[in-house]
Amino acid sequence: MKRIRSAIFLLVFASPGILANPYMETLPNGLKVIVKEDNRAPVVVSQIWYKAGSLDEYNGTTGVAHALEHMMFKGTKKVPAGQFSKLIAAAGGQENAFTTQDYTAFFQELYKSRLPLAMRLESDRMSNLALSDKEFSKEIRVVMEERRMRTDDQPHALVYEKMMSVAFQNNPYRRPVIGWMGDLQNMKADDARAWYHRWYAPNNATLVVVGDVSHRDVFDLARKYYGRIKPVPLPPRKPQIEPEQVGIKRINIKAPANLPYILMGYHVPVLRDANHDREPYALDVLAGVLDGYDSARLEKALTRDDPVAVSVGASYDDTGRGPGIFEIDATPSQGKTAADVEAAIRDQIGKVVKEGVTDEELRRVKAQVTASHVFHRDSMFYQAMQIGQLESVGLSYKDVDVMLKKIGEVTAEEVREVAKKYLKDDGLTVAVLDPQPTKGESHAK
Amino acid sequence: MQNKIFVGLFLWMAISVAHATLPIQYWQTAGGARVLFVENHDMPMIDFKVDFAAGSSSDIPAKSGLAGMTRHAMTLGAGGLSEDQVSGRLADIGAELGGDFDRDIAGFSLRTLSSEKDRAVDIFAKILQSPRFDEKILEREKARSIAQIRDAETNPGHIAEENFSRMLYGDHPYALKPEGEAEAIRSLTRQDVLDFYAAHYTAGREVIAIVGDISRHDAEAIASKLSEGFPPDATLPALPDVKAPDAAKVKSIENPSSQSHILIGYPGMTRDDPDYFPLFVGNYILGGGGFESRLINEVREKRGLAYSVYSYFLPLAKRGPFQIGLQTRKDQTGEALAIVRKTIDDFILKGPSDKELVAAKENIVGGFPLRIDSNRKIVDYLGMMGFYRLPLTYLDDFSKHVEKVTVSQIRDAFSRRIKSANMVTVVVGAGG
Repeated sequence: MKRIRSAIFLLVFASPGILANPYMETLPNGLKVIVKEDNRAPVVVSQIWYKAGSLDEYNGTTGVAHALEHMMFKGTKKVPAGQFSKLIAAAGGQENAFTTQDYTAFFQELYKSRLPLAMRLESDRMSNLALSDKEFSKEIRVVMEERRMRTDDQPHALVYEKMMSVAFQNNPYRRPVIGWMGDLQNMKADDARAWYHRWYAPNNATLVVVGDVSHRDVFDLARKYYGRIKPVPLPPRKPQIEPEQVGIKRINIKAPANLPYILMGYHVPVLRDANHDREPYALDVLAGVLDGYDSARLEKALTRDDPVAVSVGASYDDTGRGPGIFEIDATPSQGKTAADVEAAIRDQIGKVVKEGVTDEELRRVKAQVTASHVFHRDSMFYQAMQIGQLESVGLSYKDVDVMLKKIGEVTAEEVREVAKKYLKDDGLTVAVLDPQPTKGESHAK
Repeated sequence: MQNKIFVGLFLWMAISVAHATLPIQYWQTAGGARVLFVENHDMPMIDFKVDFAAGSSSDIPAKSGLAGMTRHAMTLGAGGLSEDQVSGRLADIGAELGGDFDRDIAGFSLRTLSSEKDRAVDIFAKILQSPRFDEKILEREKARSIAQIRDAETNPGHIAEENFSRMLYGDHPYALKPEGEAEAIRSLTRQDVLDFYAAHYTAGREVIAIVGDISRHDAEAIASKLSEGFPPDATLPALPDVKAPDAAKVKSIENPSSQSHILIGYPGMTRDDPDYFPLFVGNYILGGGGFESRLINEVREKRGLAYSVYSYFLPLAKRGPFQIGLQTRKDQTGEALAIVRKTIDDFILKGPSDKELVAAKENIVGGFPLRIDSNRKIVDYLGMMGFYRLPLTYLDDFSKHVEKVTVSQIRDAFSRRIKSANMVTVVVGAGG
């Protein structure tokens, strides 16, 4: 609920072709405000995005970005702990927050007339957070329970965590967003305070509002509630460039399960310049050709024609502040091993490299991207997500149109080229779940 | 085809009612399928949702998994199309095929650009009406399903759910696992699937919901197309009523997990339950409402014992589960259980405070527009209303019903309906 991993197959979609909408204004204190008017329903979603995620953490305090996200619900000087949620609930609102490697975001969804309340409360906690020792000591326990639930007792999540920690040597993407358990156990309220004072400032944030509102009203509200907050000097961010991998890496993870599981991660680029980069778009299409629909190559070859796997998938996120990773994962069928499945996956990659992709596949993947672009407008929340994500990873909300167009221009040869260049052993990390069967004994009392 | 549509049009009992909240149109097709439709041209897309009374409660224990396998296999080759052609052709036009499967319902959903509706619906109709049930594909999917069931058997959350269902429902079909039992699936034959399909996929058991960029005229034609050619309706045994447990049941299951997964519950309510609103609003206060429920407050906010703790009613055709769940570090199991039990018992005995009820109503009524702010949410409501035969004014009346709920109604409904002393409890992990 409170953390979204950005490693899902995320194609990026355009906003409707109205030039003025969305609207953007930057306040004198550096807060960027983006409004997208959508009057299909009398509701509004408000999201504030801080460019501060686990990418910005240091060893020893991993997980502090996410822990602070939890603490943002624990009261300010004016609004005591628990009141934020009570007030939003009383206004008929829904709210939550999420932290990823790249950013931390907080949101409210409300009836349209209740936007001022959300803006007042959200702006208040941008600079007035209480962060008491007492609240921190309780909440960090909740975070540890969250880690147990999401990672420690989820074999596939464990495999993901270990794969990332091995695939990256220098870049902070090697560390889990939720933090290592040892770091959580040793985290202090001061760590959260330092994080808050370093990153929670108008000049490190983007406010995104989508809904049945007028952009002028929203800009007025933003000036009223956020305008008085002073900017802070932001520390320099080092690029932490990942050294080139020079050979395959392998890791085994033992965990309770009946079937093995394999996760393969290849180092790949992501978009830095939406207008001039080409490879990330080709990688988007490659992911679609491999796993964009039920009879796409991986599913067809591994689970249908000659079944060696129970399930298989490929995913690539073409945006991110840090380096990219192209993932393929699979669960072997009963009696098949991770090695069998890996061989079958390599076979499929080899086919793309050798023979390329067909025009039919290319058309199909592009048709899906075009349709999804329309479908996603059904959700105001998604539209806001898209804007906030792009702004937070160094791109622009305006790039959505560019990206849709560029994916449409990808050629079969470009897809083959990125497969050949990046899906190779030297840049590959393979993580395998070594299943440890459990014996469940039960007794009634 | 044109003729059939024309005849269909003539026979439909068209009842269009204008509503303040949503202009829902309702009719029945010639075959008897119920159709709910909201026309909306804001975006060039259409959502279809087609549900059949063919969920896992249609299974018998010896063939547990047959209902789910039938639904799944329908999408794997139909009419003149192979399984690869079905998914490939839908992908060609960017259409998305999905659906739900639960105790009551085997459902299919289709989202398409309105410009591609004819091609999309053509494939969709084949899936519903002429599935191939290819022998080789069935065998392959049986093996896949068995492997997935076996794999889930080590997952503590899954183990808890499975035991909870069995303890709550005993011999009732609601106890059956939606994904089925490995042994039963192994013995399923193609004939089983054909028989199940013939008995359960009929127009009389079908509900069609349509939302989006399409005229009433075209919606009628498509509804007709999606409900023709089925086998005739057969009489099937009615789902029995749920018998409440007559004594408390507690089960503790060892697992190497770091947390204990705890589920507590009791048979809850039906979709058309006379106590629906008191129980629904009351549950918001107990464990349903965001960050301000009693359970969240006692377990998470005050004591930091869990990340997730909740309660919910899952309303079904018969009494669906009323379920409380949480996960906590194993050595805290006893403490967490005691607090949860006390919170439930207090609530059932005393009900909510006036202040809590006001807060609950503010959220539920004030947040009503969020429930229907997208085509996706609206089509889900239409499907649900059609399936459970709720009045077409359900959404219009929703807030009024919530507003009318009183503290004493909640206390009365909970104490009558949830026998706190007879609840079932499952702990997977240890330390309970």
